[in-house]
Amino acid sequence: MRRFDAIVIGGGLVGTAIGYGLARAGLAVALVDEGDIAYRASRGNFGLVWVQSKGLGAPHYQRWTRRSAQEWPALAAELGASSGIALGLEQQGGLQLCLGYDEMSRRRTMMQQMHREAGNFGFEYRMIHRAELAGMLPGLGPAVTGASWTPYDGHVNSLALFHALHRAFAGSGGTYLPNCTITEAHAAPGDFRIDAGPQTLAAPKIVLAAGLGNAGLAPLFGLNAPVRPQRGQILVTERTTYRWPVPLGSIRQTPEGTILLGSSEEDVGFDTGQRPDIMQRIAQRAVLSFPWLAELQIVRAWAALRVMPPDGLPIYDESEAYPGAFTANCHSGVTLAGAHANVFAPMVAAGALDPMMAPFSARRFDVPAAA
Amino acid sequence: MFRPRPDSSAPTIIVEVEGSNIRVPVGASAAAAVLAAGLGSIRDTPVGQVGRAPYCMMGICFDCLAEIDGVPNRQSCMVTARPGMRIRRQHGARLVDPTASTTDDPP
Repeated sequence: MRRFDAIVIGGGLVGTAIGYGLARAGLAVALVDEGDIAYRASRGNFGLVWVQSKGLGAPHYQRWTRRSAQEWPALAAELGASSGIALGLEQQGGLQLCLGYDEMSRRRTMMQQMHREAGNFGFEYRMIHRAELAGMLPGLGPAVTGASWTPYDGHVNSLALFHALHRAFAGSGGTYLPNCTITEAHAAPGDFRIDAGPQTLAAPKIVLAAGLGNAGLAPLFGLNAPVRPQRGQILVTERTTYRWPVPLGSIRQTPEGTILLGSSEEDVGFDTGQRPDIMQRIAQRAVLSFPWLAELQIVRAWAALRVMPPDGLPIYDESEAYPGAFTANCHSGVTLAGAHANVFAPMVAAGALDPMMAPFSARRFDVPAAA
Repeated sequence: MFRPRPDSSAPTIIVEVEGSNIRVPVGASAAAAVLAAGLGSIRDTPVGQVGRAPYCMMGICFDCLAEIDGVPNRQSCMVTARPGMRIRRQHGARLVDPTASTTDDPP
């Protein structure tokens, strides 16, 4: 049996960010990963560090996302230095385009509510009308009425992030165990044992960060993680010489010139297939936004599964029955990497979640539905 | 470096590769024409400006990107050669000028 200070289950962006934060704090960490057969949202995401549409009606989530965005520059610099991998982080703000007047008016109402709910925390944003926007984004389509802007948004090479986190985790003394599927779990307060393939691991702390796998794992540790898959599809164009000045909610360009087009939401279970009608809708909206995109060739396209809690908000929890067991579930592993490595991991290292995390507990789903 | 098989008796066509007329069998790909032309490379990469030539010949590696009949960044191994086809070097990323497209008045 191999003993560690903490076991993290899940080697995707969420698990690796938390594992890195724990290893950096001096804990001996085992990062248990299912391997390449996993539904790997970390390899299918869009790469936004995105704040402006997160947490409507849930100010705690808005603050959490903002906090993560604040942590991002330091995390990117630290990972860059320790891994030698440039993450390509840009955080100069982002735009959410509106097509037609209804979208613009709904967006304005939403941003007003975000601002109201931010309270003393503040929420800087602007609604930018078409005339001004056309000066910022050449070749704007006639259907675009405007956009919302916040200074908090940005984007990053999410595959580089994934690679850098793994390197930094290993560089901090972490033990990465790939191709391990959990076959047996034993929980006692502050004493956890799991069988993963041929080996048995033991630690006083365990963090469940297995994405969609958390739904089945959580009950073994007195936790609840009712996450379900939500499929998203992405189209990728050839590289262009044009340099997009700022990322948009569903269009972003990599520093190498590739343009990514999103986004979609489908409830289709564990199906990572693609559908032409969805791809067509993504392309149509992109071309309505920027007609010149129509001439570009699509060179890649894929689908991936978001890890979606019932209300769309992240779940962070600690087990009452088995103190020392934690869970992290979200569909924003890129945006929240800063918070996971720099805020959540230190709480786990200290042994308990901060009271500010209480609204994220899965206990919010225990309220019986009204008749 | 590349020659047609000596036993090949397929009818041929002529395409233009970087200014030279190249004879290839009917049904050959544009990438095969590039190889037959004996060019060391047919594109420069957008980031490192390094030369690349057709490699996988099955649509995977994107190293055979070329400008074909005026359309940039085409995977030449996936394009069947046609008589008179013009195959030119792809220099880096596709040139795009969004301001060149016509933008109508707002709705």
